[in-house]
Amino acid sequence: MSKNQNYWQANMRLIAFCLSIWFVVSFLFGIILVDVLNSVSLGGYKLGFWFANQGSIYVFVALIFFYANRMGKLDREHDVHEDKDD
Amino acid sequence: MTFLVVGLTFALYIGIAIWARASTTKDFYVAGAHIHPVANGMATAADWMSAASFISMAGLIAFMGYGGSLFLMGWTGGYVLLAMLLAPYLRKFGKFTVPEFIGDRYYSKTARIVAVICLIVASVTYVIGQMKGIGVAFSRFLELDYNNGLVIGMAIVFIYAVLGGMKGITYTQIAQYCVLIFAYTIPAIFISLALTGVPIPQLGLGSTMSGSEVYLLDRLDQTLRDIGFADYTTMARISHLNMFVYTMSLMIGTAGLPHVIIRFFTVPKVKDARSSAGWALVFIAILYTTAPGVAAMARLNLIETINGSEGGDYMVYEERPSWVRNWEKTGLLAMEDKNGDGRIQYSADPETNELTKVDRDIMVLANPEIAGLPNWVIALVAAGGLAAALSTAAGLLLAISSAISHDLLKGVFMPEINEKQELLASRIAMAFAILLAGYLGFNPPDFAAGTVALAFGLAASSIFPVLMMGIFNKNMNKEGAIAGMVAGLGVTLLYVFQHKGIMFIASTSFMGDMPQNWFFGIEPNAFGAIGAVVNFAVAYGVSKVTAPPPDHIQHLVEDIRIPHGAGGPVADH
Repeated sequence: MSKNQNYWQANMRLIAFCLSIWFVVSFLFGIILVDVLNSVSLGGYKLGFWFANQGSIYVFVALIFFYANRMGKLDREHDVHEDKDD
Repeated sequence: MTFLVVGLTFALYIGIAIWARASTTKDFYVAGAHIHPVANGMATAADWMSAASFISMAGLIAFMGYGGSLFLMGWTGGYVLLAMLLAPYLRKFGKFTVPEFIGDRYYSKTARIVAVICLIVASVTYVIGQMKGIGVAFSRFLELDYNNGLVIGMAIVFIYAVLGGMKGITYTQIAQYCVLIFAYTIPAIFISLALTGVPIPQLGLGSTMSGSEVYLLDRLDQTLRDIGFADYTTMARISHLNMFVYTMSLMIGTAGLPHVIIRFFTVPKVKDARSSAGWALVFIAILYTTAPGVAAMARLNLIETINGSEGGDYMVYEERPSWVRNWEKTGLLAMEDKNGDGRIQYSADPETNELTKVDRDIMVLANPEIAGLPNWVIALVAAGGLAAALSTAAGLLLAISSAISHDLLKGVFMPEINEKQELLASRIAMAFAILLAGYLGFNPPDFAAGTVALAFGLAASSIFPVLMMGIFNKNMNKEGAIAGMVAGLGVTLLYVFQHKGIMFIASTSFMGDMPQNWFFGIEPNAFGAIGAVVNFAVAYGVSKVTAPPPDHIQHLVEDIRIPHGAGGPVADH
């Protein structure tokens, strides 16, 4: 049982890590700090506006694949993956 | 031209449906198990992107500027929550409907019934938004007023949904995705090229105007400032607090909408549920990162068509272009020459502004015409918009009707009915849902995307919290879950109804849709996030003072958490 608990703990840590990035790029950069970041330019974009309009979406896509990949590894390390032999 | 293109795309969907059905009737329920996560992601994207995303969103952003980003972040960020907090575990559980999961996890038929009610409330609201979009599209292309367009739209949705099963076929949805994304990006590329010389709208939006050193966004800010509007790139939606809550509401609503969640029940493995969410978001992001370009460029083109590209060279009303004449017929666009100079001036001042009505939902459809693109592009956009609206409306109607016939009648009240009666009940439920949503669509509570946002708020406040606690909190019991759903949905509905009217009939609103009456200045569309907090808090409180769930439920939760041992999806009928 503790083996599965370790797996769950590791999963929770990974989720916490990913969701902090999720929060930072959208809510923090895109909304709360938008006026501060807008003083920086990215081409013709103000940076805060860019995060709200474009950047956060790219990060979301990357986050999901990162999570899926790391979880695939965790499944194996903790021996709870689907296609193992019983 | 429009009829031809729309007709051809419909023939394509029906053709694929017939071809795919013939070869897979045998294993209809496990068909999903053979489908690659990439293909499933593409189909999910088509299922998910509705009239709100395609027809309505860019138009709203065009007029909301930076504030419109809440749609962009809200409707994509939810997939992160879905991939990490729900999809893999619900896939492991292996049932077909969301109320089924809630009924089993909370060992209670009452919980299942409450979940069905939440699902119906959220989905019907969602369908109202689709009806608005469909009504706009049909009114334009048949050159009718909006109400007649809506009636024809209702009839077509009914036929389309009753043809049934069609939406369940992944290959049809892949075709719909291709039509939809092609129809959205092609005009965006043309317009971006014309304005900036850069063919990729995502980059064009951050580039300089062709033949000039001025950035497009700076030009837009300046043009808006000249006629009295706030800057496009910094105009917030009411307040930053409201934007924060609104975005959160859309995100958790995305993760709580039953028709999206069930897509992940049918992938082959738990592992695939995670990556499939990523692929779905890739395909969604193609449209969502194009939309801001479409929005800003459409706004600029609109202003310059009316006020002249240098300002002051106003449009002569008698020489107005054909797109103005066509949209005037729908009643969704109106101009009034107030100062009688024969020209139309557009400005922020309601006293002198002569562009008296622009329904936001016409912007995407009118955009290629405003930019003077060829007819086939305009026809393509119409086909794409209808594909988006019809596929989602049909999907939602199936979710509503199966909740009533499968979860409510067969599962709880009349377990002895046979399959034929169940099917009949689901058709009747569907017809009722279309009539109700269509009726409410005559006076929609908001633009299509705004109405859909309300639906997300309702899903966010009722379904997402109980699903999440069902997985992450072993001690959550049935009393807590039921109290949480009732409280979350109740608070949100109360807030929405008191400002928008009971059942969205504006005359029955008892507090008026007035910003000064809003709680902390949060608009009703955004209130789902507050409802979700209430749901979590009530559920937690109630579960602490009532009996913990039985042992076998706690084991069930432990089992959901590990991927090992996941079988194929099982239908319980």
